[in-house]
Amino acid sequence: MGLKACGVVSVNKSPFSYRLRQHLRLVLAIAVTLVFLFPVYWLAMNSFKTADEIYSSPPVWWPASLQLNNYLVLFKDGDAVSVWNSLVVSTISTVLAMSLGTLCAYSLARFKTGGDHLSNWIISQRMVPPIAVVFPIFLLYVFLGWVDTYIGMILLYTAFNLPYVIWMMRGYIQDIPRSLEEAALVDGCTHWEVFWKVVIPMCKGGLFATAIFTFIFAWNEFLFALVLTRTEVVTYTVQVTHYLGGQSNFWTKIAAMSVLGTLPVFIAVVFMQRYLVRGISLGAVKG
Amino acid sequence: MADLQIETLHKYYGDNHVVKGIDLSIPAGEFTVLVGQSGCGKSTLLRTIAGLEYADAGSISIAGQRVNDMAPKDRDIAMVFQNYALYPYMTVFDNIAFGLRARKTPAIEITPKVQKAADMLAISHLLERYPRQLSGGQLQRVAIGRAVVRNARLYLFDEPLSNLDAQLRDEMRGEIKRLHQDLGKTMIYVTHDQIEAMTLADRIVLMREGRIEQQGAPLELFEHPDTKYVAGFLGSPSMNFIPAQLHSDASGMCLNLAAGLSLALPNSRFGHLQDRVGTAVLLGVRPEHIQRKGTERPGMAPVQVDIELVQPTGSRTFVEFKLGDSTTVAELQAHDVQRSGERIALDIDMNRVILIDPTSEQVIANGRQH
Repeated sequence: MGLKACGVVSVNKSPFSYRLRQHLRLVLAIAVTLVFLFPVYWLAMNSFKTADEIYSSPPVWWPASLQLNNYLVLFKDGDAVSVWNSLVVSTISTVLAMSLGTLCAYSLARFKTGGDHLSNWIISQRMVPPIAVVFPIFLLYVFLGWVDTYIGMILLYTAFNLPYVIWMMRGYIQDIPRSLEEAALVDGCTHWEVFWKVVIPMCKGGLFATAIFTFIFAWNEFLFALVLTRTEVVTYTVQVTHYLGGQSNFWTKIAAMSVLGTLPVFIAVVFMQRYLVRGISLGAVKG
Repeated sequence: MADLQIETLHKYYGDNHVVKGIDLSIPAGEFTVLVGQSGCGKSTLLRTIAGLEYADAGSISIAGQRVNDMAPKDRDIAMVFQNYALYPYMTVFDNIAFGLRARKTPAIEITPKVQKAADMLAISHLLERYPRQLSGGQLQRVAIGRAVVRNARLYLFDEPLSNLDAQLRDEMRGEIKRLHQDLGKTMIYVTHDQIEAMTLADRIVLMREGRIEQQGAPLELFEHPDTKYVAGFLGSPSMNFIPAQLHSDASGMCLNLAAGLSLALPNSRFGHLQDRVGTAVLLGVRPEHIQRKGTERPGMAPVQVDIELVQPTGSRTFVEFKLGDSTTVAELQAHDVQRSGERIALDIDMNRVILIDPTSEQVIANGRQH
């Protein structure tokens, strides 16, 4: 009886407070989304504005005409090639880091290569502040003739992303039940075949998630690109800074260049979102 | 010739000596069960045979060929794992066909072989499904299918039924036995379940702490154990062990138990123990060798006991009582006892008991002719 009474009271009271809470949540969610989306909106809008509209006060929220002049200039001047440079450097270094790193991770996870501490040492490499090594690397690259070359940038990004790839992939591989690999060994596979036919398919989700993050790290990298490129392989992050001048800032170009630089990553994430979320949560559960 | 020959095999995990000098010879076509408590080294021994662990010393030969340094894939073995080890991203068909493809079997032969194995295990209707869509019993059938499709020389089973519930386990046990009869292959099966061992095995190899405690046909081990450990391990409920003193008088040998109880021993079985008269022994009695008192027969020792606990199972009833000082279990007919507290007369079949040296734990009289 007491329970029933209690239930009636709460039934009378709850729909209102429940609905209120739902609405509050929605309002909050929209507010947060707006805060996050505003810079993207502002960037995109600026890329279509004329210089006058950018400097006008009060601000122009929607340009009078969606003119593509800012983009056309980038392509005409050849600046847009920096996005291509970023794409080449990031893609190839990601493929390299993933291939080498996954193999290395398999070796660490399954054959105890280097004992218990090699993997810790490898991840510690990731903790080195880039600024601490950028100058020695610059001198080395001058010596090797690798400054402002694809090979130089690709190898550098590969090296810097390898510890991350190894660390992540080692976790994913350790999560694979060992008996799956043993069954394949008994069934007639070599260790290489086990790697290709069992390990890779089993950690496909983690593989994609790690690859996306690796790609984004390389894509967004600025410091090394600034120091180690001149004219030939300038990446888009560095190209954007070229429009900031002592006399004036070319905000229209900056905006258009930034949109071009954001698009590839945006597209990649949209298509790989499924793996991204799963990959992150997989890692989280493993701890 | 033995299909599998193991000589003084040793295996260490770090400082942990897991397999301590095993010698084992398994004839072709035999179903051998490695049984023992967890940690006795039985799974390690199996994995070493498979090549998944490296033998630290000793030799393993399959069909006369030393395989110590051979990769698992070259040993011509098939293995069924405890957790099924099916590839979740492949259909049942592809899982079963995996070994054939890995061994470069021509594509045209694969489908009929997979179909035949699936028919044998009644999983033909599941071939297009993925492992996540199957029940535990079906998963294990697929895992067995993946092994039998291979037509290997040696089949290894690593506790394949321990993830299944009791009823399914009984069913699959029967299937595995039938499979062995149909295929006639050499099979080695690891389990900690003595019922599985008894029902499946042509030969049981009972392991303890990395060594073979005793090996032989199931009934041989059951009826004539060499040690207290073997006697206690096989049988459910397990054998009763009752401290006693060996005595001899004009009428023959007898055992004196605590509380002034004395049980006559049939001379035919225990005559050779004259030199042990006066020493302490352990009397080993299986629960099923104690029964309600019937007409007097030679070798039956009558006792009066107070029943302390009654556990009916349907066809049989387990009862507990004190024999001397020791709590003893007997397996009686269903209606022999109604409730605890009853005082009843029982017969102990002294023709079936064993005597054990309490210090060495070796059986000194196990019913074999001496």
